[in-house]
Amino acid sequence: MSAVPDYVIVLPEIILGLWAMAALMVAVYTGKDKLAVALTWATAGLFVALALWVGLGQHGERAAFGGMFIDDPFARFAKVTILISAAAVMVMSQDYMSRHGLLRFEFPVLVALASLGMMMMVSAGDLMALYMGLELQSLALYVVAAMRRDSVRSSEAGLKYFVLGSLSSGILLYGASLTYGFAGTTAFSGILASVGGEVPVGLLIGLVFMLAGLAFKVSAAPFHMWTPDVYQGSPTPVTAFFATAPKVAAMFLIARLVHEAFGSIPSQWGQVLAALAVISMFLGAVAAIGQRDIKRLMAYSSIAHMGYALIGLAVGTAYGVQATLVYMAIYVTMNIGTFAFILSMERDGRPVTDIASLNQFSKKEPLKALALLVLFFSLAGVPPMLGFFGKFYVLKAAVDAGMVWLAVAGALASVIGAFYYLRVVYFIYFGAEQEPADSRMAPVQWVMLVGVAALMLIGVINLFGIEGPAMTAAQSLVQR
Amino acid sequence: MAQQLLSIITFLPLVAALIMALFMRGDDPAAQMGAKRLALFTTTATFLVSLFLLAEFDPSNTGFQFVVEHEWIMGLTYRMGVDGISILFIMLITFLMPIVIWSTWEVTTRVKDYMIAFLVLETLMIGVFSALDLVLFYLFFEASLIPMFLIIGIWGGKDRIYAAFKFFLYTFLGSVLMLVAMIAMFNAAGTTCIGGCGEGNVSLLTHTFSSDSFSLMGFQIVGGMQTLLFLAFFASFAVKMPMWPVHTWLPDAHVQAPTAGSVVLAAVLLKMGGYGFLRFSLPMFPVATDLLAPVVFWMSAIAIVYTSLVALVQSDMKKLIAYSSVAHMGYVTMGIFTVNQQGLDGAIFQMISHGFISGALFLAVGVIYDRMHTREIDAYGGLVLRMPRYALVFMFFTMANVGLPGTSGFVGEFLTIMGIFQVNTWVALVAASGVILSASYALWLYRRVVFGDLVKDSLKTITDMTGREKAIFAPLIFMTLLLGIYPSLVTDIIGPSVAALITDYNASLPVTELAAVALH
Repeated sequence: MSAVPDYVIVLPEIILGLWAMAALMVAVYTGKDKLAVALTWATAGLFVALALWVGLGQHGERAAFGGMFIDDPFARFAKVTILISAAAVMVMSQDYMSRHGLLRFEFPVLVALASLGMMMMVSAGDLMALYMGLELQSLALYVVAAMRRDSVRSSEAGLKYFVLGSLSSGILLYGASLTYGFAGTTAFSGILASVGGEVPVGLLIGLVFMLAGLAFKVSAAPFHMWTPDVYQGSPTPVTAFFATAPKVAAMFLIARLVHEAFGSIPSQWGQVLAALAVISMFLGAVAAIGQRDIKRLMAYSSIAHMGYALIGLAVGTAYGVQATLVYMAIYVTMNIGTFAFILSMERDGRPVTDIASLNQFSKKEPLKALALLVLFFSLAGVPPMLGFFGKFYVLKAAVDAGMVWLAVAGALASVIGAFYYLRVVYFIYFGAEQEPADSRMAPVQWVMLVGVAALMLIGVINLFGIEGPAMTAAQSLVQR
Repeated sequence: MAQQLLSIITFLPLVAALIMALFMRGDDPAAQMGAKRLALFTTTATFLVSLFLLAEFDPSNTGFQFVVEHEWIMGLTYRMGVDGISILFIMLITFLMPIVIWSTWEVTTRVKDYMIAFLVLETLMIGVFSALDLVLFYLFFEASLIPMFLIIGIWGGKDRIYAAFKFFLYTFLGSVLMLVAMIAMFNAAGTTCIGGCGEGNVSLLTHTFSSDSFSLMGFQIVGGMQTLLFLAFFASFAVKMPMWPVHTWLPDAHVQAPTAGSVVLAAVLLKMGGYGFLRFSLPMFPVATDLLAPVVFWMSAIAIVYTSLVALVQSDMKKLIAYSSVAHMGYVTMGIFTVNQQGLDGAIFQMISHGFISGALFLAVGVIYDRMHTREIDAYGGLVLRMPRYALVFMFFTMANVGLPGTSGFVGEFLTIMGIFQVNTWVALVAASGVILSASYALWLYRRVVFGDLVKDSLKTITDMTGREKAIFAPLIFMTLLLGIYPSLVTDIIGPSVAALITDYNASLPVTELAAVALH
């Protein structure tokens, strides 16, 4: 415990919370939706500033509020990833939302609150803090899922997400209460210490319930049912947001929970996570084959990707956590690029999400088509794109931990997965002659799409040095 | 300067591709011609630079030469270098690419993209043969699927989509298991360095992987980890090669690919499988190789006879040549797994020579396809009357394909059969019968296309080869003859490295096994 006052440690979160409330008040009492554009950019700017502040701060490991809030390299890695991806999604969505009359001033405020929740999640050192962060995030997301109030699908998506999300929160809460009941404490650091050598069955049941609840949040199969519908029904900017920051937060929360609270019994949760990983990889790969809608396809793609990220956690080593961290960072980057494009797909001024509408797109827009080609091959995990290195990391973590079967399963699933990514490439490059959809892009979307594609290729040189920070982060989490 | 030669050869085409992608605009004929000229210039320059590499290369040194090293990620190293086994493949690539580019002169659809695809492919292919790091090898090996997928899918024939998907998924499935095996090797040996790692460092070529038998799910794995690793690599290379029975993607891919794509596929991409066996399977898993060589022999023998018979009944010229490629690759796998000097020399020779001959045959089909737009054998006949020069060129390469003494095709087949004869006479007998079969399908093809009466109206106006087409075939004819008459050109370069490979192989077979053999 350092001598720094508690509020200094949580200062980034306090600033973000104050900003969200202040922005809400100001906008309500002044220009309302007229301020939305400025608010979006200002919030994104704040995110980037906070990310720099959190990322560049050299603070070692600190805890606040009696260990409920932990600020360590792991949390900082997670926060930087979350903040940067949320900022990227906001700025690239602004043009789409303005044009389709969706840009209300609540959007940046809700995203800010959701991000605040995520920052709390990854810093949680206590079951209470975990739940508070998770709910703050979830409640904000329920609302943005239903942002398009006049659309049945959007409302349906919001409702579905709310009902299933509440159910999963309930399951998680039940698991947490069981854990508290058997351990007598909600602090992560005290749970195993308080039960001594023998781990009671009730505690394990609590752990499994909590993992099930969190599996809902990362949309790992078999708790993935909400994902395709919500992805498809929500307005595309919201889908883009769902696919990135919340996934990172929930995945890192799982890492935090299993390593911080149950770190000494990896054999107990490792097999649960391994099962989730295998089911997710195969279900995501197989179910995506028949999809005609690119947003649904991305939903199944994210399910499969979560499976790979879970491999890194399932092996229960610091190297595995590092692999997951790298994997998630690459995953959000790829998704930001892909969604920057999906946002721009339209025909006669109306958004389209049908994959077949990309027929012969490469003739119309060669550069964007090339960027998409790179992104989809990267998603499929074909070298030399960065997506391959993400997969390589987690597979190596699995083999190093002696779980070769898990690596073989992951490798085989990636072949099935390659098929549907290739299908998109097939439409873009070889499709039958037909007028392709338009791609009207604001400059910022163009930068995101082409920039991310370039990152996927240039990253082969040294992964942008992400390895070192990821290792530091992983070690700070696992050594306790 | 000499140290940087390999990097220059590898990345020159990529740089040209980038320049084309970023700075060349427009799709009018002038811009197309500009793209073609730049591609031709780059590939020619690459070839000329690679001649310096060959000149500087010291065949008597069996280690890796021109090694380039840079720190990379995850404890991996960017390490490239060549030895006697790989250098000729690089020469083959750099030699063929200008020919390939020049053969696409008549293409008019999306020319710039086409050139970029070939230039990127050249970089990746050279990378495969010079990578000295396991993961770097995998990276080049897999990445080469992407441009080929696009070449088949965009510029291919009628069923190109099916062929492109089959090509990609088949080879991808083969390769992912190799990736897991590579990670396991990284884990077991603690390094991904294949060779040329510097003094005192562990390399995979010298590391001995465990060959202790263990039981897995009730099965006794003889040869232990080596066998599992061998099988994982085998899955990848056998598909790439391709070996019977996983060859079925090749005829589809060849038939649908554009002419230039077929040439690269047959001449270079297939050789990656053979090179993989030489670089990984033999030296790294000797016990497993020893164990499974008989299986490979019989698979090769079946491939030679079966695919030759299949080739006999084909009605599509490209498909026929594709099956003939599978049969010829059968000699290569057979020769490799004999692990004796004749067999290995023959296998490498056969791969190089097949690069020239099959490339030329696909180009020859392309010549008449460009005029008639059909590959059906029945659509031709009597071409010799209108196209005497073409008939001569086609005759030459048909004979080379059959393995006529004096052409390079003969040397490879002869050496491999000689190699296998010392190891397994029965396989040698079956394989030798393939020589007769190859003569029958090749000559029958030639007879149906070139001889006979010129009865079809559509053929009566067909024109003979243009100056450009003749110029494309000239270097191929020259090389085929040169290597056929003076094979020492190749064997002098590969000989010492192959000898070293065999010595290491025999040394790393466990003494106990040799002793057991001696006792019986």
